Amino acid sequence: MQREVLLGDEAVGLGAIHAGLSGVYGYPGTPSTEIFEFVEQRTAGSGGVHAFWSTNEKVAYEEALGMSWAGKRALVCMKHVGLNVAADAFMNSAVTGTNGGLVLAVADDPGMHSSQNEQDSRVYAQFALIPCFEPRDQQECYDMMIEAFDLSEELALPVMVRLVTRLAHSRSGVATREPRPQNALHPTREIRKWTLLPSNARVQYRHLIDKQPELLRRAENSVHNRLTLAGRRGVIACGIANNYFLENVDDGHDLSVLSLAQYPVPAGRIRRLVEHVDDLLVLEDGYPVVENMVRGLFGLDGVRIRGRMTGEVPRTGELNPDLVRSALELPPHATAHQPSPSLAGRPPALCKGCPHTDTFRALNEALSEFENPQVFSDIGCYTLAAFPPLEAIHSCVAMGASIGMAAGAAHAGYRPAVAAIGDSTFSHGGITPLLSAVQQGVNLKVIVLDNGTVGMTGTQRSMSTGDALDHIILGAGVAPEHLRIIEPTPANHAANVQILRDELAWDGTSVIIARRTCLEAIKRKAS
Amino acid sequence: MQTNIILAGVGGQGILSIAYVIDNAALDAGFHFKQAEVHGMAQRGGAVQSHLRYGDGPIHSDLVPTGRADLVLSVEPLEVMRYWHYLSPDGWVVASVTPYVNIPDYPELDGLIENLAEFGRVVLVDSSLIARAAGNLRAQNMVVVGAAAPLLHFPDSTLEKYVEMLFAGKGQKTVDVNIRAFRLGRAAGLFFRGLVDGGLSIPDAVRLCRKIDPATVDPAHGPAWAAAIHGDRQLLEQVLAGESTVPCDRVAAPA
Repeated sequence: MQREVLLGDEAVGLGAIHAGLSGVYGYPGTPSTEIFEFVEQRTAGSGGVHAFWSTNEKVAYEEALGMSWAGKRALVCMKHVGLNVAADAFMNSAVTGTNGGLVLAVADDPGMHSSQNEQDSRVYAQFALIPCFEPRDQQECYDMMIEAFDLSEELALPVMVRLVTRLAHSRSGVATREPRPQNALHPTREIRKWTLLPSNARVQYRHLIDKQPELLRRAENSVHNRLTLAGRRGVIACGIANNYFLENVDDGHDLSVLSLAQYPVPAGRIRRLVEHVDDLLVLEDGYPVVENMVRGLFGLDGVRIRGRMTGEVPRTGELNPDLVRSALELPPHATAHQPSPSLAGRPPALCKGCPHTDTFRALNEALSEFENPQVFSDIGCYTLAAFPPLEAIHSCVAMGASIGMAAGAAHAGYRPAVAAIGDSTFSHGGITPLLSAVQQGVNLKVIVLDNGTVGMTGTQRSMSTGDALDHIILGAGVAPEHLRIIEPTPANHAANVQILRDELAWDGTSVIIARRTCLEAIKRKAS
Repeated sequence: MQTNIILAGVGGQGILSIAYVIDNAALDAGFHFKQAEVHGMAQRGGAVQSHLRYGDGPIHSDLVPTGRADLVLSVEPLEVMRYWHYLSPDGWVVASVTPYVNIPDYPELDGLIENLAEFGRVVLVDSSLIARAAGNLRAQNMVVVGAAAPLLHFPDSTLEKYVEMLFAGKGQKTVDVNIRAFRLGRAAGLFFRGLVDGGLSIPDAVRLCRKIDPATVDPAHGPAWAAAIHGDRQLLEQVLAGESTVPCDRVAAPA
């Protein structure tokens, strides 16, 4: 038996490879990026596994579904908010069902280390009516992937594997197994199942509903959902929360414990626990999903249920061993020092010499003649321009949202309506809102920060950079004389300011591409 | 046995490389281990930390609980203070005194060293001075691993094996520089402790170490230096006032 040092993300990737994976799909997003990258690197040159970043999560999900349709095993990975983008295909793939195994590995970000929200993907699994695994450690990341692929093929359903940042980005030794061969190509012949016209969809949805008792039976009997009955105080610990619980209790504790790692929520096991205890603490890293289910609208007679909704665990933020310790009413450990109250912060910043800095300096100056100008922005390194000293952007909502929101503000009469978006974010979610704006002739200025890479997540390949980007923008109907290309450097500052001023003065849809390669990408290429 | 470490520094200083060396040494030794790290936004010059835990029994939490760290290992002095509440009452600090100044309100260095000196159980090395002597300023992270090596549970040869593996792809010269940085860091840390255990104050020990040629540092001379300075306070002032560094054997260890 081999043991490897792997991140949770990497263990997910290796589990998928060893389960006979044929294709990995995804769009980069912290904390999920390393799943795809691991599969890509580990299988490079073997030619056996298709690995090419997709334009966005929806495309990734659909490509994975197509591979499943063809009978092979596909892994699609993304961060939690990426699943919002893929949700249309995701929800409906539960209705069509699958052919080859289809596993969605989604990495949530409780505490919002690198995200706009801390939505809990277990809710999505519940919503789509599919099974979900929530590994507690790196070994389970590996093992559960193999199990998830098998389960997906047995039930003909997509299966979710939900990680949280702390597991995705934590390493441990993982014991691995013999790899399995890939499935042969065997495309589905069940045309009606895959053609969700209302008449077919009603039949398929019924099938999905009819499968639910089997999903529940699997979770009830799962070795991953461990119930130990002891004293009258109980704990439900979901996924990684179980580690924080174990960290704080001795072997001799008298708590009754249900450790959960496979969903749907096993109601039978919870009933046995609830009937045994009069105090129940629910520990989850994410939303109070299980806590609220157990409590229902009106609570349970005779059982005090505690957790995020009652304040024993904070309602927001990442779980950790200290918070769990306090929820267990154990005294804090003695420490060598109190936390430093007034320590100088060290926030992330754009790299020294970053092209974005030059772009925003020019933009700030060009906009200085407007009163209190605001710039709609997007998601990437350039979002850091919100901080001093640049303070150049004033929104960040969703991938591609800068253009749509700037257009909406322009419809309302706001001037100047300016959007700032990176080249990869533009291909992810910026093309369609630009097309809309051009069709409407909106007075909108789109700055595309073309640094030729997906910078923030580690310089992955961008889908639309250089000539390809120019062609897409012109193809969307932007007037050639209002597609301006600048090179953001300190030397070009005055000229760039002038170009921006000229476009700001024109009443129509302009695109200004600020094109200079990311320094980090240059550095990585060199090493 | 269980050891909990907080690795600290600034994005780009190579915290994850330190983690790589210790992780693999732990796996090599047959220990259980977990090591949580920070990816993404914070790596852009922000404060970066990693929680590293190993031991002969299962490790549960990926995060070190407050008050349970045995060691805060920092490539930078200010960053120690961001995590020192994690330290158990008998925990150690191993840190570089080379500040990484990328913020306008970076505190004054002497005050920082006074703060770190409060701990007593502290090993301070000037990582930039030592890394430069080893051949590359970027090797500061390996200097700090070297300084911490005596507090870890692995033979130096195991740690050096993984330093070598970490840099193998970058050529023999890079490997050599980093191994040298590790060894000089180790010697500097032990020498520093020799001074402090010999009665020198921590700020004085920091100042003296800066004036000794890092390439010549031999821990065996530490107590002799401490004794010599104890006997003749002027010796310290003399060395500190000197323009260039002095060789470590200027004060010889007893034969």
